[in-house]
Amino acid sequence: MQKAGIIAVLIGFGVFLTLPFITRHTLNEQLVAKEFGQEETSTLVSRELEPWFGKPLSSWKLISEIDKTIGNVNAEIVKRYALTSTDIDHLVELAKSQKLDEKHIEGLWGAFNFKTQSFMSYGSWLIGRSFNSDEELRNNIEQVANNITQYEVIPKKGIDTYVAKTLKYTLAKHSITGFVAANPFLLLFLTFGLSALGGLLMLTTFTKEPAGIKNNGIYFHPAKSRKWLGIIIGTLLIAFYIILYFYPQYMTGWIRMVDPISYLLSGNEAGQFFLYGLMYTVSVLVMGARMMAKYRHNRYQLVRTGSVMFFQTLFAFLIPEILVRLNQPYFDFKNAWPLNYDFFFDFNLNRLIASGNLGLFMLVWGIALSFIGVPLLTYFYGKRWYCSWVCGCGGLAETVGDPFRQLSDKSLRAWKIERVSIYSVLVFAVVMTIGVLYTYFTGSGELLGINTYSMRQVYGAFIGAGFAGVVGTGFYPFMGNRVWCRFGCPLAAYMGIVQRFKSRFRITTNGGQCISCGNCSTYCEMGIDVRSYAQRGENIVRASCVGCGVCAAVCPRGVLKLENVPVNTRVNTTNFVKR
Amino acid sequence: MHIVIIGNGIAGITTARHVRKLSDHQITVISSESEYFFSRTALMYIYMGHMKFEHTQPYENWFWKKNRIDLVFDRVTELDTDAKTLQLKTGKSINYDKLVLALGSVPRPLPTPGANLKGVQPLYSKQDLEQLEETTKGVKQAVVIGGGLIGIELAEMLHSRGIHVTMAVREKSYWDIVLPKEEAEMISKHIKARGIDLRLDTLVGSIHGAEKVDAVTLNTGETLACQFVGATIGVMPNIKFVEDSPIETNRGILVDEHLQTNIEDVFAIGDCAEIRTPDPGRRPIEAVWYTGRIMGETLAETLCGTPTPYRPGIWYNSAKFMDLEYQTYGQVPTTYEEDLDSLYWEDIVAERCLRIVYEKATKKVKGFNALGLRLRHELCDEWIAREQSLAYVLEHLEQLDFDPEFYTNYLSKAKANLEAIA
Repeated sequence: MQKAGIIAVLIGFGVFLTLPFITRHTLNEQLVAKEFGQEETSTLVSRELEPWFGKPLSSWKLISEIDKTIGNVNAEIVKRYALTSTDIDHLVELAKSQKLDEKHIEGLWGAFNFKTQSFMSYGSWLIGRSFNSDEELRNNIEQVANNITQYEVIPKKGIDTYVAKTLKYTLAKHSITGFVAANPFLLLFLTFGLSALGGLLMLTTFTKEPAGIKNNGIYFHPAKSRKWLGIIIGTLLIAFYIILYFYPQYMTGWIRMVDPISYLLSGNEAGQFFLYGLMYTVSVLVMGARMMAKYRHNRYQLVRTGSVMFFQTLFAFLIPEILVRLNQPYFDFKNAWPLNYDFFFDFNLNRLIASGNLGLFMLVWGIALSFIGVPLLTYFYGKRWYCSWVCGCGGLAETVGDPFRQLSDKSLRAWKIERVSIYSVLVFAVVMTIGVLYTYFTGSGELLGINTYSMRQVYGAFIGAGFAGVVGTGFYPFMGNRVWCRFGCPLAAYMGIVQRFKSRFRITTNGGQCISCGNCSTYCEMGIDVRSYAQRGENIVRASCVGCGVCAAVCPRGVLKLENVPVNTRVNTTNFVKR
Repeated sequence: MHIVIIGNGIAGITTARHVRKLSDHQITVISSESEYFFSRTALMYIYMGHMKFEHTQPYENWFWKKNRIDLVFDRVTELDTDAKTLQLKTGKSINYDKLVLALGSVPRPLPTPGANLKGVQPLYSKQDLEQLEETTKGVKQAVVIGGGLIGIELAEMLHSRGIHVTMAVREKSYWDIVLPKEEAEMISKHIKARGIDLRLDTLVGSIHGAEKVDAVTLNTGETLACQFVGATIGVMPNIKFVEDSPIETNRGILVDEHLQTNIEDVFAIGDCAEIRTPDPGRRPIEAVWYTGRIMGETLAETLCGTPTPYRPGIWYNSAKFMDLEYQTYGQVPTTYEEDLDSLYWEDIVAERCLRIVYEKATKKVKGFNALGLRLRHELCDEWIAREQSLAYVLEHLEQLDFDPEFYTNYLSKAKANLEAIA
């Protein structure tokens, strides 16, 4: 059974990894015309790509041809609209003899010419000025000419990098033909189907053994102890996240495969994040089943795992898609700011305000969840109510990440880095949100000299995508399954402060029963040195504890228990010596 | 003042840590087993792949220097209590003002013929574990001799590597010299159900093999093929080192209530110590983790100027037999004839049991035994110390529950059942 499972998983992942290489794209004129809105660029692009029309191309060939085309088209556009060296020479000659005025410029290119207009927007400060030397004059004019090319010609007449990125993706996604386009269901079965089935068969390795702690051989395992398989898995995960966030144009084959499911749920075609959401949910479900099989003697683990599976499937995946089908805003009701860092972004606020009563409810719900629900529930139950019962990141960590929980660093040094790192992200998230809201209400794009747009861009790229995605999940096999939750998540930081200073939650140490074996610390995914408290007979009250309960499960002496108790009895000291 | 501690186990290290907490005395800890303190109880988890050796070290390596506890990785060869000096194997000598002997135990040697064959070994030290890794390579069948805590640990370790294990246990039921019949039977059943071939009432008559062990013969006459024999028939205080010194010994190093030996400024704690006059309900030698720790903490007080008698309080202990957890508090004798009696509840299918021991005449509660249930240490301790009545304990039994959240409340089942009996 287990062997069959491994084979199925290998085939499933094998087909999945092969898919981008067998995806074929076929271009035609209508498609290009549709994706390139502007007629001029569209014609140029069509001219460049024409030799490839009707011919099946690989994703790589296609993207490289589009890249080449965009370069050529932009060059042509620059030739047509940018200031030429002759234009610059003329301007220099003119300005040498007399100060420049608007008439000269119009005289050069005509009043309504694109060049005249762009020169007036970027070079008007040259009008009426005199220069110390010809060299200075030429330098200034060349500078203006460069600005015109960069900020006026390419974005308005050509294809700038932002548009290029979107175009590459949409053109690749919509031009898929051949086997991948014709057999989405077969591919779904071969990838998702076989992997999920294999995963379920593999968990029989737990069910055939009697119930109890199942950590035998973890440190001999090639994946679970930073050995060769762990390195391969980590590398693949990191590569996947980099493609997902930064190069989605190369994963259109995968996305095409899940189109039918997306049409079924939301009525729209799938995007990269629909694919990601589906993979995420299926992974949480299959590995959640594994977690349940592994801890089937432990009802806390069963309930908790069931909970993260439920919230991921329903709240994070299905409900938002169904909302879209009902023409309502896409909304994850369990996602709380500041983890949900774009909640207060203008587009989100506008979108919710514009969506009638349900939109307003979502707005109020989101605010209430973050500022009332989160602190209140954390007071009563500790941050575990979110981190290891509800959260999507936590859900992935507790299911897919469970085989790697022992790899977190327990050193004091790591704890110091953790505190600096996670609270820095929290401060960043709060400052960014204040900036974004300031801009929203005042219309001013700057707060204390910082551009609020670049602030949110930096946050999105480095924290949202880089930290939470690439590092957060990609580093499972290297640094354990809670890298993001421990070092980066601003919501975890926020709840951590509540948990540390005003909460009923603690892990109780059972008198003097600790034998310092170290199972609790080893299997703490948050890198808490649980033993250092337990062996002193001290209860554990730590900001970072997500209350997964695994320390209590693996303890061979029944020393640890997660409890909600009156706040003032939480911190204790036990004297082993009776005086 | 220079305090020298021989032995870096839980007793020695606890002394060192607490002396540092209480004073600025110079502290030296000498060990020939390991450079840094590790948890002996966790050795089994390294073999089973749950942990690496580094995980068994409760303190990071920088801890010792930062707390000015000098660690010496060497072996003491000679002890001169008059000159107060120690000779080390590397030739160095160390002077002390106070000496703490925390020498631990040694495995009881197997008297069986053939015990010196390759592939026959005990399990106690870090070195034993390293040797075990070597001797069990390629082993298909193993025999573990002895029905104690280390025996079952070794059996579980070998079992985790797919080795077929036969346990030869002298007693009629597993560990029934410590456990009442019902508990012993529940554990025996559990061990068997996990796939260990548990042979009760069985002795190994001889071990065979040319150079390496290849079989054992049981007292039943049966011969079992095996490539490994675990010699786990118990441990005894490690006193060889002081036998030629004026330090007085019996089975262990004899100490008074301040843990001092007959020689002034020489103390003994942990497994190697034998208390001359133990408190009621306690034994002279208690080779368990917890007493080592309490002794260490107590001795630190004395060494730092507050003479403190060793008062371990109410006995407690715990263990885990494969997947079955065990906790015990207070007095739980194996048989009940004279002044004590007990109430016993069990759920055979769920593998849970609870025993409450009380005084027949007064109905005062004296002890608890639990298998598969986690009890609250502080409450057990308090109830026994306060001599709560059986009726009180039964009424409040659910308060003892220390199982994880959402677990079936077996204590309420036990309560209903026991109230009916009582």
